[in-house]
Amino acid sequence: MRTRLMQIMLLGLSMLFALPGLAWAADAPKIDTGDTTFVLISSALVMLMTPALALFYGGMVRKKNVLSTIMQSFIIIALVSVQWVLIGYTLAFGPDKGTLIGGLDWLGLTGVGADPNADYAGTIPHQAFMVFQLMFAIITAALITGSFAERMRFPAFLLFTILWTTLVYDPLAHWVWAVNGWIRNLGALDFAGGTVVHISSGVSGLVAALVLGKRKGHGSEPMLPHHVPMTVLGAGLLWFGWFGFNAGSALGANGLAVSAFVVTNTAAAAAALSWTAVEWLHRGKPTVLGAATGAVAGLVAITPAAGFVAPLPAVVIGLVGGAVCYMGVAVLKAKLGYDDALDAFGCHGIGGTWGAIATGLFASKAVNSLGNDGLFYGNPGLLKAQIISIIATYVFAGVASFIILKVVGVVCKLRATGEEEEAGLDITQHGEEAYHDAIVGGSLLKGVLEAKPSAGKSNQPVGQGF
Amino acid sequence: MKKIEAIIRPSKLDDVKDALDKYGIRGMTVTQVIGCGLQKGHTQIYRGTEYSINLLAKIKVEVVVKDKLVEDVVNLIATTARSGEIGDGKIFIYPVENAVRIRTGEAGEEVV
Repeated sequence: MRTRLMQIMLLGLSMLFALPGLAWAADAPKIDTGDTTFVLISSALVMLMTPALALFYGGMVRKKNVLSTIMQSFIIIALVSVQWVLIGYTLAFGPDKGTLIGGLDWLGLTGVGADPNADYAGTIPHQAFMVFQLMFAIITAALITGSFAERMRFPAFLLFTILWTTLVYDPLAHWVWAVNGWIRNLGALDFAGGTVVHISSGVSGLVAALVLGKRKGHGSEPMLPHHVPMTVLGAGLLWFGWFGFNAGSALGANGLAVSAFVVTNTAAAAAALSWTAVEWLHRGKPTVLGAATGAVAGLVAITPAAGFVAPLPAVVIGLVGGAVCYMGVAVLKAKLGYDDALDAFGCHGIGGTWGAIATGLFASKAVNSLGNDGLFYGNPGLLKAQIISIIATYVFAGVASFIILKVVGVVCKLRATGEEEEAGLDITQHGEEAYHDAIVGGSLLKGVLEAKPSAGKSNQPVGQGF
Repeated sequence: MKKIEAIIRPSKLDDVKDALDKYGIRGMTVTQVIGCGLQKGHTQIYRGTEYSINLLAKIKVEVVVKDKLVEDVVNLIATTARSGEIGDGKIFIYPVENAVRIRTGEAGEEVV
């Protein structure tokens, strides 16, 4: 949607300045320094969201798994950055092939340079648009890791992530955002990634949680967050980075970016309040983890709507988003019994679904003339397109993730053994410990090394290389 | 020689430490422990799920004293650590066979 907007704006501008008898001067694209600055800074803000997510998730696991959880987000920054440059960007945004996928014309970023691409963003270098989109691909893959935390083996995780980004994220981004993508052609609106980012990661996370099965001892022993302040710091940084995510999706330093910024903050605030209030009523205590999670749920919910709704509807989107996600996490998950460890589906799947529906309800041309009116502004057609896009994302992400996990499961073992889970993934997958509770001096460590013939591979008694 | 092992409320540690110091006890070992007794636990709530926590944080103070001081020291700890509510803790007394000061190698009751 963002891209069509820029296209039409550029066309409008060119018509404004076109004088009779003169050639169409706007054919030579003009870079706007303000827009370029804004998109680069927004890219950096969105990049920060993935380390923020690492802290958000890391605080919620037990201390024996905090490093493995942080590592999953951190290594995804590296992994997807390289994938995107080599093939990801061209699959997602390259010249359309049959409304389903981008062609390979921009393989290795061939032809993606300093000149703007008017199809996507006519006032910034094409590479600025590319790198902004990269940050979305990174965070989306990282969001999934919350569902299979504390039990997935690192090699299987790497293989799953690279396949998922290439075979699920890249096509989906093409469908929704690329020129001639079929969901975009349908008229569905997704300003910053309600379907592409949040529903896709949430649903894929749910499938991964089901395929991997529950953590050892789930339901019988408490698995409490080991560091709630770390999680709250992560939530705060996510909120901060989300301004780049949503306002940056205007792809220009303009009124639309400001509007997206305002509704983003409003919805996050409203959802933090509603989650806290609902949990307080339900369980008798206003928890800090609840306030932080509520804010994230509100940010998820406003994401698809950010460029199309006014501040008052954003309050409603946030209030409902916080409450609905709370029900998903505290009631639905407990009833159905799946082990979505850190609620990737509960927050992103459910919050993203509500946001995509809410866009169909509250979108208004008064906010963004290049968007559309929603149901409450007399246009039921948009809601229909939204629902089709939601269903398509659920089915595609769910089925594709299932197949990818099964294929990865053939190549390597998906799950840590019971013994590895018991010892924690930090030691068994990475040979490190986040917090050294016991004083282990050189002499004691040496004893362990001598006792184990596998000392060359790992200095931990239960270590396992790959 | 006896070892007096007192499990007390964390909030009473300073009072107990000061009282022992005033009485003339020079050495002690303090450990953070968790445990349960008559006191009920509490519930914690994470994302709408309640967990009951039965093991509560306590402080373990260990002091080794000469036999003749045992009664005084036990009374001292019991009175300073007491709030009168359930959860004040317990004191255990064990016989100690010997004690050695590592620096000098001397042994016996005189080193405590």
